[in-house]
Amino acid sequence: MAAVANMPVSDLLKSFKLKTKQQELLIRVSILCLVYILAFITRLFSVLRYESMIHEFDPYFNYRTTLYLTQNGFYDFWNWFDYESWYPLGRIVGGTLYPGLMVTAALIYRILHFLRFAVHIREVCVLTAPFFASNTTLVAYFFGKEIWDTGAGLVAAILIAVCPGYISRSVAGSYDNEGVAIFALLFTFYLFVKAVNTGSLAWSLASAFGYFYMVSAWGGYVFIINLIPLYVLVLLITGRYSMRLYVAYNCMYVLGMLLAMQIRFVGFQHVQSGEHMAAMGVFFLMQVFYFLDWVKHMLSDTKLFQAFLRITVTCAVAVGTIALGLGMLSGYISPWTGRFYSLLDPTYAKDHIPIIASVSEHQPTAWSSFMFDFHILLFLFPAGLYFCFKRLSDATIFIVMYGLTSMYFAGVMVRLILVATPAVCLISAIAVSATVKNLTVLLRSKNKGVQTGSTKGSSSSKASSKALLDQSQPFQKNGAIALLFGAFYLLSKYATHCTWVTSEAYSSPSIVLAARGAHGSRVIFDDYREAYFWLRQNTPPDAKVMSWWDYGYQITAMGNRTVIVDNNTWNNTHIATVGRAMSSYEDEAIEIMRSLDVDYVLVVFGGVTGYSSDDINKFLWMVRIGGGVFPVIKEPDYLVNGEYRVDKGAAPKMLNCLMYKLCYYRFGEMLTEYGKPPGYDRARGVEIGNKDIKLEHLEEAFTTSNWIVRIYKVKPPNNRW
Amino acid sequence: MEVPIRATGILGFTFFSLLFFICTSSPLHNLFISNAERRIDATSHIVKVYLTLKVENAGSTPTSEVLLAFPPTRVDHLATVEALVTKGKRKKTTLVRLDVKPTELPDAPNGAKYFTIYLANPLNSGESTTLEVLYLFTHSLEPFPAEIGQSESQLVHYRDSALILSPYHIKQQTTFIKTPSSKVESFTRVEPTNRAGTEIKYGPYEDRPPYSFSPILIHFENNSPFPVVEELVREVEISHWGNLQVTEQYTLVHGGARHKGVFSRVDFQSRPTLSGASSLRHLLARLPPRVHSVYYRDEIGNISSSHLRTDSRKSELEIEPRYPLFGGWKATFVIGYGLPLQDFLFESSDDRRYLNFTFGCPLLETVVDKLTVKVVLPEGSKDPSAVVPFPVDQHLETKYSYLDVVGRTVVVVEKKNLVPVQNSHFQVYYTFKPIFMLAEPLMLASAFFLFFVACVAYLHIDLSIPMLSVRGVNIRYGCAKIKPISKCVSDMKETKLSDPADPPAMNDSSNRSLGG
Repeated sequence: MAAVANMPVSDLLKSFKLKTKQQELLIRVSILCLVYILAFITRLFSVLRYESMIHEFDPYFNYRTTLYLTQNGFYDFWNWFDYESWYPLGRIVGGTLYPGLMVTAALIYRILHFLRFAVHIREVCVLTAPFFASNTTLVAYFFGKEIWDTGAGLVAAILIAVCPGYISRSVAGSYDNEGVAIFALLFTFYLFVKAVNTGSLAWSLASAFGYFYMVSAWGGYVFIINLIPLYVLVLLITGRYSMRLYVAYNCMYVLGMLLAMQIRFVGFQHVQSGEHMAAMGVFFLMQVFYFLDWVKHMLSDTKLFQAFLRITVTCAVAVGTIALGLGMLSGYISPWTGRFYSLLDPTYAKDHIPIIASVSEHQPTAWSSFMFDFHILLFLFPAGLYFCFKRLSDATIFIVMYGLTSMYFAGVMVRLILVATPAVCLISAIAVSATVKNLTVLLRSKNKGVQTGSTKGSSSSKASSKALLDQSQPFQKNGAIALLFGAFYLLSKYATHCTWVTSEAYSSPSIVLAARGAHGSRVIFDDYREAYFWLRQNTPPDAKVMSWWDYGYQITAMGNRTVIVDNNTWNNTHIATVGRAMSSYEDEAIEIMRSLDVDYVLVVFGGVTGYSSDDINKFLWMVRIGGGVFPVIKEPDYLVNGEYRVDKGAAPKMLNCLMYKLCYYRFGEMLTEYGKPPGYDRARGVEIGNKDIKLEHLEEAFTTSNWIVRIYKVKPPNNRW
Repeated sequence: MEVPIRATGILGFTFFSLLFFICTSSPLHNLFISNAERRIDATSHIVKVYLTLKVENAGSTPTSEVLLAFPPTRVDHLATVEALVTKGKRKKTTLVRLDVKPTELPDAPNGAKYFTIYLANPLNSGESTTLEVLYLFTHSLEPFPAEIGQSESQLVHYRDSALILSPYHIKQQTTFIKTPSSKVESFTRVEPTNRAGTEIKYGPYEDRPPYSFSPILIHFENNSPFPVVEELVREVEISHWGNLQVTEQYTLVHGGARHKGVFSRVDFQSRPTLSGASSLRHLLARLPPRVHSVYYRDEIGNISSSHLRTDSRKSELEIEPRYPLFGGWKATFVIGYGLPLQDFLFESSDDRRYLNFTFGCPLLETVVDKLTVKVVLPEGSKDPSAVVPFPVDQHLETKYSYLDVVGRTVVVVEKKNLVPVQNSHFQVYYTFKPIFMLAEPLMLASAFFLFFVACVAYLHIDLSIPMLSVRGVNIRYGCAKIKPISKCVSDMKETKLSDPADPPAMNDSSNRSLGG
């Protein structure tokens, strides 16, 4: 196919009589265009397999806020107090979110409507992430060009276009902050490196704006504001300080900080929070460095300067520590947050903050998922590092540091593989590009040598030396060809792996579950939407729904009902209260539910379908989080010899707690699998222990067709006589 | 009019049992009905009444109008009235549809409402004719008890009169009421009354004067679901590129006895006949043939439980709501489909085009409380007018769709209380010049052309700010000028040469220009 296509193209090129440079440009632009399109369409598997819909949990909140933004305008959005979540507390939405994503989508929507494209806002939201992924490939190209050369840039664009580590967060429908944030992150880094390379105020200003966009889009901006100072520090230590660096960093930091303060959720954190102090410290260090440099220039006496240096450095360090200490003590500078600690110490969250540890994407990364997400990049990464070290420059130092730090963070938390992906792709691209280039140069020079030797033969000495070379390395050409084929094989393996992973693993919306039926046909479980739509249509508009926080965003977005807790886990006590209600006996739980005005309770139950991420499997986290605030709840009460069971041997408290009762209510009458007793739980593979469940204060209001979602109504209190 | 009497008439039917002898207008007492048979079908939630009237003219003048009377409280629920007359001799009888129009009479007793049937041939004195009348009532079965649990069956009240309300003298009349099952809790007796199986027979009654009324109440089991579409918006968009896109937005509610208490999935799944017998599990929509790209979705996404069967004459779309609808439960959804334009768009004799499309709701056995049909005409069409076979509200709107500049004209037709029988066709006439079809492709083409021209221009214009070095100080002056390409290239070469190969070093603090 390619060979057939190549012939007319080369003919065309000849007929147009393009120069080599122009040919190269044409090929480069067309490759970039193809990569741009490829990055977009490879993310559309989910739309083709399922439908154009929003995925998972957080995207539903983003979608709901975007809808609000397009309907009510920016000022209403900015001042939005949401009564529908965190009942009875509510949530100041405008002040507690990163608005970048919503504003971007709303802007795209406005532009499309201005151009009279009558699309629905949902379509815009679904396709935002793929669109930004396409843009990321362009940024990767320019970044690679800046660090190494255009070849590396092209390879980087191709690698990042299909890399599963990035696709996992940017398929169509995963309308989450990361979708635009990775673009913003890489763009900021690119602009900063460009600024450092040129020493231009304009690039530096651009990188400040890139940083502003990143701050508005994702909490991961903290990575930028810590990596860049670290990079500057490394350059200072290695004696690579230059005026360019001074200009780039100062402009970027000061303007970026001022711009970032415009985001309400970030506010004054840049001057008040411990996580941002490193940047400020490096900023002052930079000034001291510049001052010393000036003094050295003026003094031109080494001994005097050495003495001066000692005094200044001591003073600067002392002033810095005193200022920091005072700030910390007076509480002006807030200490590091738990999430930040858990990054530096992977075991921290497990011991101190169960709510962070309970999220699956906050778990430490397994080796297999590195292999799954990076494939050959995992081997190319060290090779690329080698090439970077061989040709050290300001830019390669940056990419090496970015690669190493983000790799560490990727090891700490699964979701941070995403941040590492661009760096891994860029460094691997350098490896691929440099290797292939070396090999092709080898092949070409040989051909030329033979040709020139045979035709011209101008200088006999040169010709003879070349002939010698030819004879001395007879296997070089064959070796190069073999290596090229090897590289081609690896890269094609990478492409097929990426496509397979995208289509099989990362394109499921997780709202709609698909399984293979007995005859190989595709069975769809659409129970979530069934339940949410039932809530939306058939409950009073002001009904309050209690569920575990995982489903909060979905209930508010799809069910349009008030929830007690949701995925924005800002209030641990409130979540613990719900956890406590779920893990108490019914008559204790009803008190809690009445105090929270709960009308409906929603549980997710996979016992009929064998759906394993249901509330029974999440239950221990409810106990832990509830027990973390209310010591009445003790984890050992729910375990038997440290083992979590739901069958006859389960702990009595487990068999009678609210969550167990709600999940298994009347399940004992149900035949789930042929040849198994009634009440056989397919998700856990056991027969349940308590089949005779009576509910006193709640009644079944709705159960979906596959029992995945069960909704109970809280009965009004009985009359007193 | 007689306000107090009318008010009491609304309060209860009993007052209708009073006999009225009003013999003012001449055609009324000229006619009389020698035999009347009424069959009321109450098996579904739409009550169908088949009335066979043998009308005789006893007066001296020929008459061509026959009046039907209805109590004012029931007129609101009256969806349609049709009259047919049999023609020809035995065996070769054909039914001919007659015009029926609502009529106001100045001295109607108790505010009774009338419909006039216009006979095709005037009825001469002494002649007789047989009329077949069909009318449908919606919302006429009242659930009692109004709230039922999941395992209970749905019981309803049906109220009517044992005698046919008529402005004419009726010599002999019989009424049959068909119930869906033999489970009848109670019924009013107006002797002679018989009940056999699923049928209750009232009559025959002899020689009843005009406006005789005798209220009856039947309490019986009706487990059929009561699908009521509270609001339906049908949007038909015409594209002269060959497609007709139909989008229908439904607000569906189960209008039967309200569900109360528990909904148990175990019972619903294991005993489907006993539990939730009156629940609405699926609906059937009858769509035109050659339908394509059908979708069925709601606000939160696609609903996967639907099946489409197509053949050359019709398409049937079987849809299930996300959850079974119990009494009082609601569901909103959207059905959309495309149709080939040539099946529905025609050219009329006066060089205009017209769309010929079904008016009502494609769902079978469904009552529509409010129907809005919007016909979106292509951009640039003029003089729209709609022709609908029954009285409706009409107005015009403008809609902006893909790549519209002036907007598309939308003909909006609204109608209340509609039943599937009324799925007759309506027409929308308009004029359209085919040249307008090219507007949007041309617009797109020119946009792309301008984009490429801009790209080419950008590549050929040097927008950089050249630097002039005057006495060692860099001065910039800004101007954009077009240079020949060769000059640009040579400039580039020069600048390349003059650029230092390495970025400036740390001590290089002279006033270098940044980013030349």
